Amino acid sequence: MSVHASWYLVLAAVLFSIGAVGLLVRRNVLVMFMCIELMLNAANLTFVTFSRALNDIGGQVAVFFVLVVAAAEVVVGLGIIVAIYRRRVGATADDAHILKG
Amino acid sequence: MSPLAALLSPAHLLAANGLVLPHVNYTAIMPELILLGGMLLLLGISAVSPRHLPTQVYATATAGIGIASLIASLVLWHDVQKGGPFSAVARAVDIDGFATLVLVLCSCVVILGAFFAAGFLEREQVQGVEYYALALISASGAMLMGSANDLILVFLGLEILSIPLYVMAGLDQRRAASGEAAMKYFLLGAFSSAVFVYGIALTYGATGSTNLASIGSFLAQNVVVSNGVLLGGLALLLVGFGFKVAAVPFHMWTPDVYAGSPTPAVGFMAAVAKIGAFGALLRVLFSTFPTLRTSWQPILWALAILTLLLGALVAVVQRDVKRMLAYSSINHAGFILLGVQAGTSRGAEASLYYLFVYSVLVLGTFGVVAVVGGRGDEGHGIERYRGLAHRRPLLAGSMAVLLLAQAGAPFTTGFFSKLYVIEASIAAHSYALATVAMLSAAIATFFYLRLVFAMFGERAGRQASVAVPVAPAGAGAPGGAAGQFPPVGTLPAGPAVASAAGVLTLERAAGLVDPGRAEAAAVADDDAGPVVADADLQVSPWVWVGLALCVGTTVVLGIWPSPLVDFARHATLLF
Repeated sequence: MSVHASWYLVLAAVLFSIGAVGLLVRRNVLVMFMCIELMLNAANLTFVTFSRALNDIGGQVAVFFVLVVAAAEVVVGLGIIVAIYRRRVGATADDAHILKG
Repeated sequence: MSPLAALLSPAHLLAANGLVLPHVNYTAIMPELILLGGMLLLLGISAVSPRHLPTQVYATATAGIGIASLIASLVLWHDVQKGGPFSAVARAVDIDGFATLVLVLCSCVVILGAFFAAGFLEREQVQGVEYYALALISASGAMLMGSANDLILVFLGLEILSIPLYVMAGLDQRRAASGEAAMKYFLLGAFSSAVFVYGIALTYGATGSTNLASIGSFLAQNVVVSNGVLLGGLALLLVGFGFKVAAVPFHMWTPDVYAGSPTPAVGFMAAVAKIGAFGALLRVLFSTFPTLRTSWQPILWALAILTLLLGALVAVVQRDVKRMLAYSSINHAGFILLGVQAGTSRGAEASLYYLFVYSVLVLGTFGVVAVVGGRGDEGHGIERYRGLAHRRPLLAGSMAVLLLAQAGAPFTTGFFSKLYVIEASIAAHSYALATVAMLSAAIATFFYLRLVFAMFGERAGRQASVAVPVAPAGAGAPGGAAGQFPPVGTLPAGPAVASAAGVLTLERAAGLVDPGRAEAAAVADDDAGPVVADADLQVSPWVWVGLALCVGTTVVLGIWPSPLVDFARHATLLF
């Protein structure tokens, strides 16, 4: 029994939405960070699904690029977070309040 | 050789799957390679040198690398003019007039950025090669975006451009605001790139390719059945680009990041991010989605109107010069969007020209802001600019030229850039948009001129502050201080800001009759208040060179615009 490709696309869309909403409503930087990863992986799932549906290897290759970029982002992101929160107790985005915005 | 080993040998695997490694045409990506190679060289030198090299060494090297990549870009430009555009590296990179112009522009930004950074890092006594290395990586990302012919490469370029910028925003570790700016920029930037990747995935699903040219020809030949997926993908791509170019409503990060980041990094960031993002946006919309013009033009129309108006209106009420310039850069993004929205080759040409002009102006302006900000990079209130022309005429004069050019004054490049985008917009029958653009230019003139008048119209900051009659009682004998000051005839009657700054200057002026001696005292206790002491306004020779280049370009090309206009026209002949 095979699952139709559209279900994977729906799952990816749901994951992407969870990530996007999570990023906007959660205040913990690390959780926000995880939400970004969720969004990137939703995009990866979409790539793989389309790649299978179209019988084209290009989409699966794209996933590797996205994975590498995500890893690089994690390195820099965690570096920034650590640099900031060495001065603070908890990792809450609202603690950073010098700038207006 | 055992059968298993033979089966696993790379050659066998490649042959079995018919995987052909692409031929890499290294001349096509030479400017990027020079920047990245130069960056590795700099990092290597700094790692093996026994003690810290002065920042000027790195700045010289960075400018040299920039000049090398400028030469490589001009060679490519020459090749394209002679032999026509070509694709390289499995059609992922497209070298045409447009791409080479972006390459040239990025190289110029690297060179100018190195000058302003050297002056700043020298004053702040920041050692190390990091700033220059990050700038080089970032510029190579913008180059990739401008010459990309594949959505995956656009994405890679976007990340190579952005990730170093996140770090540059947080490079000033002494100020907490810098770290905050880095975090804000990072979270929103990563969010926008995730949206962008999802857009690529949907576009890929609808068209079966990530290659820009293939998508374009696919859309030209086929009627897409799953139109929703394609339009969704396009919309998400536009959102991703909107974040990068700071178009309203995706601009929220801009003022905070600009206010918090180290000032020369802001100039670099503003220039290079806009070049990369607009370069890729023009490429994607014009060469890939011309068939969907009726879908993206209304979206860009709305984006442009919002960006133009919000940028100009909110900038008017800012008291912090960096925030004001942040909103002004949003306003400029609106003008560039005007050319993109036109959807014609004339619009692309006008946008490119605007990008060139804007990059030079924004680098120079933030170069001056970095100088006036003083040691510690904290003093960016508008009151610091009062009477600047009397203390630093040349600095204030350069700033005035750059600001007037941003406002679009005649005899500067800023005038022609605004003229061309509005012309392109009118030629594309977007009359309402062109009207709004002119209106927003008029509003924008107000806050540029306010800063110019502050620099030229009034005497030094402390005297303006003394004129404030409502000094708080706790300030300690303010009446006496005012009484001892020279007659009020020299003081402006204008509504100077009754701020803590005024109080501090009052305290400092108390007991000192002679303004010259008051100034000397201000120099003595430098950290006591935000008074602009002359000693704090040291302009490094590096900054002078950078400013001379920026102002010279702005004025010379403003009086004699044809070379740059021709350059932009040749670059967009293919659209």
